[in-house]
Amino acid sequence: MTDLSKIQGMIDSTPIMKDYADVESCNKPEYQVDSKIPEGPVAEKWTNYKAHQRLVNPANKRNLDIIVVGTGLAGASAASTLGEMGFHVLNFCIQDSPRRAHSIAAQGGINAAKNYQNDGDSVYRLFYDTVKGGDFRSREANVYRLAEVSNNIIDQCVEQGVPFAREYGGLLANRSFGGAQVSRTFYAKGQTGQQLLLGAYSSLNRQINKGTVESFTRREMLDVVIIDGRARGIIVRNLITGEIERYAAHAVVLATGGYGRAFFLSTNAMGCNGSAAVQAFRKGAYLANLCFTQIHPTCIPVHGEDQSKLTLMSESLRNDGRIWVPKKKEDAEAIRAGKLKPTDIPDEDRDFYLERRYPAFGNLCPRDIASRAAKERCDAGYGVGTGNAVYLDFKYAIQRLGEDVVRDRYGNLFDMYQMISDDNPYETPMMIFPASHYTMGGIWVDYELQTSIPGLFAIGECNFSDHGANRLGASALMQGLADGYFVLPYTMQNYLADQIKVPHFKTDAPEFDEAEKGVRARIERLMNIKGTKSPDEIHKRLGHVMWNLVGMGRTLQSLVKAVDEIEEVRKEFYSDLRVVGRADDLNTELEKALRLEDFLVIARMMAIDALNRNESCGAHFREEYQTADGEAARRDEDYMYVAAWKYTGETDKPILIKEPLKYEAIKVQTRNYKS
Amino acid sequence: MENTISVNLKIWRQRGPKEKGQFANYHLDNVSTGSSFLEMLDMLNQRLVEQGEEPVVFDNDCREGICGMCSLYINGHPHGPVQGITTCQLHMRKFHDGDTITIEPWRSAAFPVIRDLMVDRTAFDKIQQAGGYVSFNCGGAPDANAIPISKEVADVAMDSATCIGCGACVAACKNGSAMLFVSAKVSQFALLPQGQVERKRRARAMVAKMDELGFGNCTNTGACAAECPKSIPLSNIARLNREYLNAKFHD
Repeated sequence: MTDLSKIQGMIDSTPIMKDYADVESCNKPEYQVDSKIPEGPVAEKWTNYKAHQRLVNPANKRNLDIIVVGTGLAGASAASTLGEMGFHVLNFCIQDSPRRAHSIAAQGGINAAKNYQNDGDSVYRLFYDTVKGGDFRSREANVYRLAEVSNNIIDQCVEQGVPFAREYGGLLANRSFGGAQVSRTFYAKGQTGQQLLLGAYSSLNRQINKGTVESFTRREMLDVVIIDGRARGIIVRNLITGEIERYAAHAVVLATGGYGRAFFLSTNAMGCNGSAAVQAFRKGAYLANLCFTQIHPTCIPVHGEDQSKLTLMSESLRNDGRIWVPKKKEDAEAIRAGKLKPTDIPDEDRDFYLERRYPAFGNLCPRDIASRAAKERCDAGYGVGTGNAVYLDFKYAIQRLGEDVVRDRYGNLFDMYQMISDDNPYETPMMIFPASHYTMGGIWVDYELQTSIPGLFAIGECNFSDHGANRLGASALMQGLADGYFVLPYTMQNYLADQIKVPHFKTDAPEFDEAEKGVRARIERLMNIKGTKSPDEIHKRLGHVMWNLVGMGRTLQSLVKAVDEIEEVRKEFYSDLRVVGRADDLNTELEKALRLEDFLVIARMMAIDALNRNESCGAHFREEYQTADGEAARRDEDYMYVAAWKYTGETDKPILIKEPLKYEAIKVQTRNYKS
Repeated sequence: MENTISVNLKIWRQRGPKEKGQFANYHLDNVSTGSSFLEMLDMLNQRLVEQGEEPVVFDNDCREGICGMCSLYINGHPHGPVQGITTCQLHMRKFHDGDTITIEPWRSAAFPVIRDLMVDRTAFDKIQQAGGYVSFNCGGAPDANAIPISKEVADVAMDSATCIGCGACVAACKNGSAMLFVSAKVSQFALLPQGQVERKRRARAMVAKMDELGFGNCTNTGACAAECPKSIPLSNIARLNREYLNAKFHD
């Protein structure tokens, strides 16, 4: 355990970082990364890349196998598009059907720079908003490309038969999301993710029917197989039979989502996990910017200890809902004690704190800012409910638009709220509080979405690439589909162009034997601990540590403590875990235990990454670094870089690798949502 | 504020598709009425694990009513006694202290039990693979606003597209018919201009696959629509019948 007295009052971790990581080696030549950003002005980079990349001819595509792990927006769109191009694709998911991936739960919408509303939108503005929203910690070239292909995504989805919302004239409707002053968000009720995923799933089904894509459901990847330095296959566990299976290919794509369940309670689905990323990490891929985890401001507050997950209330609600807490502390206390109802508080006694602090963006300021502002009010004693909640009020929208319009726009979200909370949001304000939702950090990839292991690609939420320190609303769907439909299908060809003479791989190579042996040993170890605690119990303990110490507000002291406490949880895991049932059988407890083992690795890396970043930016708020009015204070001169980490052992010190960020098209400035 | 209740659970347990299943009885105290139904089952499983027993296996994932992974036949109703929601959206405040709750898997020949309450719904994927799509390759789409679609049509298509593929319609049907599921997808495409070109081929292929996979026939009982957690209307089935007849007429 660290002697906390020695670090009392310390705000910069530089003197102690060597106790946690190797931060010196990053200057060595072997630890320089090449992000492979094409030449030319930012607006021409992707065009230049496509003009000069290598291609694979149709006859050769048939002979090349590609593994895609995951069937969310990124995975399904990549697998179907690669299949359409003629590659042979093996596609895996842990659920019973590709249609169940957690992209399905995205509510609000998808951004695109169509400028259909004629309100001044453009590719450049979407690019600019995304870089600014990410607090200048994303890679300019990647973000520009994302904005550039955003329009193609909408065309693609409409052609698939995605029933987007429309105006009476028959053209597509838009609404606004946080961090933007234009209406560029396309939506399908509050079920946009569902409709986009079902669109991608339909394209995937067409390829499965044609035989270009083979679908493997209820399979969980447990290792990536490296042959001669290239990713050539995966080891999976069949979740129904418990059998360990091997699959080989010329390239492997990870589209496995984020690691938000490191906090245990989150808006993620129960099965969401960061395991594929950790397996890649163990094999030499870098994990980058892990401290950038998005805490979403509008979730239904925690109700009790038995809670398994939190439910998001879409950001779109902030178009018409107004967020407030009582102005007077005594009112807040009376509400918490059940003596006053929110409807008893007159307008002049309500503090619309987002409108007060950020007049230019008001209730539609970015998520990180809205979350912190809610926490600030609750910490100051103005919270409602259990004290950890604020109001999202539709009274004003109903007065302005009428209940019918509000019901038409948000009816299904209101129903969902009422089902969970037993309150009617048409009559009384919703109670909301921030919760873990999305992870901007993830597997480090270059411009081609390739990890530091040749032949291993990472797309969608599981990579780190486009959102910097904070993701804007309606941009996750955009990124997942951009990567899968329009980016990877190009860059994959560039990688495979010189692999056309490599025959189909067999799974009897010694590297497969070795990897399978490792997986079996790992499972056996967990089965044989024979302790007393279920995976969920230990996971909850880890979640408490992460939420309290690596959550919305972090300090050097909290992070040092977090590393120690995560180590304690790790020890408990390896000494007191109990996995009932057998390994060679359907075993949901074993599935949870394996995922938790990987979350322990990610959690430690999140804390170390946050400790290393002595600044506040986007979702990473180090309380030591804030301006006089409580805003994030970046330190561009020291931290304008991507922090990528190289694995050296489960509890050994990871090596820090720095990718400097250069801004050529955008002038770096302090984020301002006030004026 | 939150109360707690005690419940008696009668849960179907079955080791595998070929093995005989039976009901097992459990008693659970201190269930918070603010908990979801699946959180109540989590509590039960936590207790079973503490006793060294294997937990009750049930499919679930998003726990917000959209992924379609959860199922469960609760007290004789797919997704429980409350209309218009999935099992994961059901809360314990809908039950009373001392209630006995019977929990069974989907029961249908086309959905064999894998273990306990988990069933195999891959037949649904196979039907979609037979024709539930618009055939075009990525990159070839015209501008999204090139074809105006009236709001009314888009809204009805959206209502059909809302289907989450959970299988409650099949479980509710005395014939084990998948007509509501198939009709929802066929309707979505039949309504939209993008779906016109393959309209007949799609209806034919999806219906043929549905029949091949052992789903029963529709006798217009309407239990499917009544129990559908997404309230997919029965009018979809009428539309599917028209689409199918029209396709056959052209054969």
